[in-house]
Amino acid sequence: MSKFKKKNKTKENIPTSALPDIIFMLLFFFMVTTVLRENEMLVEQKLPQATQLQKLEKKSLISYLYVGKPKNTALYGTEPRIQANDVLIGTKDIVLWVNQEKDKLSEVERDQITISMKSDIEVKMGPIADIQLELREADARKLMYAAVGKVD
Amino acid sequence: MAGKRGRMSQEVNAGSMADIAFLLLIFFLVTTTIASDKGLLTVLPPKQDPNTPPPEVPLNERNIFNILVNANDQLLVEGEPMNNTENLSAEVKAFILNFGRPNEEATALYNSLPESLKAQVNRDPKSSDHPMAGGAVVSIKTNRGTSYEKYLEVYDQVKRAYFEIYAERVGLTADQYRALSGRTAAEKELTDRGKEGIPMAISIAEPDKIGGN
Repeated sequence: MSKFKKKNKTKENIPTSALPDIIFMLLFFFMVTTVLRENEMLVEQKLPQATQLQKLEKKSLISYLYVGKPKNTALYGTEPRIQANDVLIGTKDIVLWVNQEKDKLSEVERDQITISMKSDIEVKMGPIADIQLELREADARKLMYAAVGKVD
Repeated sequence: MAGKRGRMSQEVNAGSMADIAFLLLIFFLVTTTIASDKGLLTVLPPKQDPNTPPPEVPLNERNIFNILVNANDQLLVEGEPMNNTENLSAEVKAFILNFGRPNEEATALYNSLPESLKAQVNRDPKSSDHPMAGGAVVSIKTNRGTSYEKYLEVYDQVKRAYFEIYAERVGLTADQYRALSGRTAAEKELTDRGKEGIPMAISIAEPDKIGGN
């Protein structure tokens, strides 16, 4: 009892057999939580910063409009354009697009449709005001100016 | 070695399994963008009927807080040029909570405010009458050439003023108030209590045509 016996050769290596399981768990977490972008961006997207951000609860009610300078300037020019789903549309097509988006929703949710406008910081207020006017025309009055949190 | 063949260890070498999983993990980390559905919520005014002009709401000049942003992104707030938006939300807050000439309802509203907000009331007769409907309107007017970035910055600051008032009324911080989802009855009650009687009256005027496209 009093004698401390010299331990014979403790195993020095850490058991790593559980490591793959841990990593796989991480992997599955990321795979489950990520949403793959379903449409390719045709316009530049650098979102403005803001502090008073709010989150929307029901994602199914959101439709996205992307506004910005086209990436392919040779084909579409340098003026800001509107992208809905995966095509560039003109300002006049917004009413039609809103109605198509509304048709995808059930009847009770139709007037709750929220447009998330993801606009590039380079865009001027002119095109934005035109879009807002068209959205009012289409009676999709809930609008969200998409922005990212401000980092000081 | 050769003699040991019959008792070769049965387990698969799992040491490199972690490396493979790591590689996959890093691949997913790099290729994914986490979708962020955050932004500033607004409700646009209803569409105008071209036959019936919008009803003229008589508003006193003192009840409107004018913010003008020109095509060079310069600010004019209540007739005074402003270099940055740092003090904007404080000014808007003081304007909303002015209670210059409260009517009976607004006096009741004033009495329901917590002490910290009552202390911010200036009672300046030249500023807004009361924060209730028609009493204090913040008007943001831009130009077609104003950058969207500047507009959102100004809009953000005005919203901040309102959210700070709402949050203070229910004893939360502005961040906590904005995070209320309204999913449970208790959260919804808090949200409603915060904005009761003080509507978010932000008027976004049609931009004028100079300097834009």
